[in-house]
Amino acid sequence: MSTELESDLTGAVEGGEHDEQHEPELKAIARHLFKNRAAVVGMVIIGIFLLGAIFAPLLTPYGPTDTALGSSLQGPSLDHPLGTDELGRDLFSRLLFGARISVMIGLISVVIGVVIGVPIGAISGYYGGAIDLFTQRFIDIMIAFPGILLAIIVVTVLGVGVENVMIATGLASVPLYARLVRGSVLSAKEQTYVHAAKAAGIRNSSIIFRHILPNCLGPIIVQSTFQIATSILWAAGLGFLGLGAQAPTPEWGAILSRGRGYMRVAHHLTTFPGVAILLMVLGFNLIGDGLRDALDPKTR
Amino acid sequence: MYRYVIRRLLLTIPVLVGVSLLVFFMIRLLPGDPARALAGMQASPEFIEQTRARYYLDEPLPVQYGIFVRDILRGDLGQSTFSRRPVALELRIRFPRTLQLAVTALAIATVVGVSAGVVSATKRYSLFDNISMLLALIGVAAPVFWLALMLQLLFAVNLGWLPSSGIGTWRHMVLPSVTLGMASAGLIARITRSSMLDVLRQDYIMTARAKGLVEQIVVYKHAFKNALIPVVTVMGLQFGILLGGAVLTETVFAWPGVGRLLVDSILRRDYPVVQATVLVLALSFVLINLIVDIIYAYLDPRITYDGAS
Repeated sequence: MSTELESDLTGAVEGGEHDEQHEPELKAIARHLFKNRAAVVGMVIIGIFLLGAIFAPLLTPYGPTDTALGSSLQGPSLDHPLGTDELGRDLFSRLLFGARISVMIGLISVVIGVVIGVPIGAISGYYGGAIDLFTQRFIDIMIAFPGILLAIIVVTVLGVGVENVMIATGLASVPLYARLVRGSVLSAKEQTYVHAAKAAGIRNSSIIFRHILPNCLGPIIVQSTFQIATSILWAAGLGFLGLGAQAPTPEWGAILSRGRGYMRVAHHLTTFPGVAILLMVLGFNLIGDGLRDALDPKTR
Repeated sequence: MYRYVIRRLLLTIPVLVGVSLLVFFMIRLLPGDPARALAGMQASPEFIEQTRARYYLDEPLPVQYGIFVRDILRGDLGQSTFSRRPVALELRIRFPRTLQLAVTALAIATVVGVSAGVVSATKRYSLFDNISMLLALIGVAAPVFWLALMLQLLFAVNLGWLPSSGIGTWRHMVLPSVTLGMASAGLIARITRSSMLDVLRQDYIMTARAKGLVEQIVVYKHAFKNALIPVVTVMGLQFGILLGGAVLTETVFAWPGVGRLLVDSILRRDYPVVQATVLVLALSFVLINLIVDIIYAYLDPRITYDGAS
């Protein structure tokens, strides 16, 4: 505790942060994370998807929207490793380019959730009283809607499309961050370093954003890893229902939805996109589990 | 206990008001004229004006909201712009079907999840533990609509054992409810396992074992009940998620419930139905959470003291 107090006060006085003291801690977290076999499997899965998404144009000679009606609904072959769809488009290249969309949706929706949810939770937890009461009832209302339903409502109002899916899934995650951060701030604000910072006359906003929130980063990072996975699932669900990305965008849920019409003759159009979604979500969930264990001193 | 229940009931009131406000503004935030949204895209100018008068859309927002709440309390949820039938009538037919699906899915998820979780915890690191936890991870990560299609392909199209869609007999229930319950089963199994492991490490379990009690009694009589507390919470949350997930499952299996009605209505821009469906789903979620919190307080007396103080 004394080291923590010292390091935080040093940071407060010098205006800098405490990277050097935290370095061994970060190393311990990284070591624990890399020792966790499941987390490593998750990192490998996500690593492969990221490399595939980044180098998609080099990995396949076909564009994601290149049609070839002469070779429609073909099964997997050397030319088309995952087969082709009803318009002769190469499924492998559509899934590779689709990975870019899924990762973007996951990341941007998490950014939206963090940017809106974290300050709401922090202010609510730190100030308490009427502010807390009001924001918590607001969060209760948002939580009254299952996530996918909230995302459907937002898309209904804003209209379909990838950008609106990002906003919808991001807004649907706001209450989760707000609740999480409020809980962390409630316990953090009773710590000695916060009392010391208050006594030193540091402004409340500075205490919240420069001292308390950096100490709540662990749970936020863990939640974000899980939330990327959830957002990808929600976005694929919206795409499947026709409320997400529109044709010819190679979004995984939308690809699966179109493939459904050809399930009896070309089930690869539903099988492979589903496996891609499953693996990506599984990858992020495994990393999230590993990070949670690595960041929790009790399990280390 | 009673003070906690009353406090929890009182806290539900602002949530109900908030949910109704959110649904009320949903239609009013749509681009364009809300009268046209509520009358339907193909409606005649006369019908649009009738709708404007019917919902008092020329009046200030607080008056409109008052009318909206009054109509809800009277059970008047408007008229579908597609079928021209009262929405309340449609929901009365469809909601029980969704509820039936969600309850069956939750029952399957609970039986499978709790059993797998308990056995995994008692046989930690065994082959069963590893396989069931891997399946649980996959169950949580698999998109429900994909799982639905795969089960449909296997059991309805290839094997012909079960009907691929529709309602009628118990056989129609199997695929939709198993699909819907899979993800929840995975989550419940993981929570049960970790909760059981926590409880099995407690001193009173060691005492029970030291007294020479049979292992089955230690596990099922002493550990199981306490390990169930977090599981009940997750089950409550899962019920809401199942209602949300029903939107996707019902679409794949052509199950004529509320979820499919919602998607069809959004695609048809039948906003009175969208509004009423969202309202009903959210209200049932609030109600279920309320029931779960009360059960939770009953199972864990510490909650009562915290709440009362």
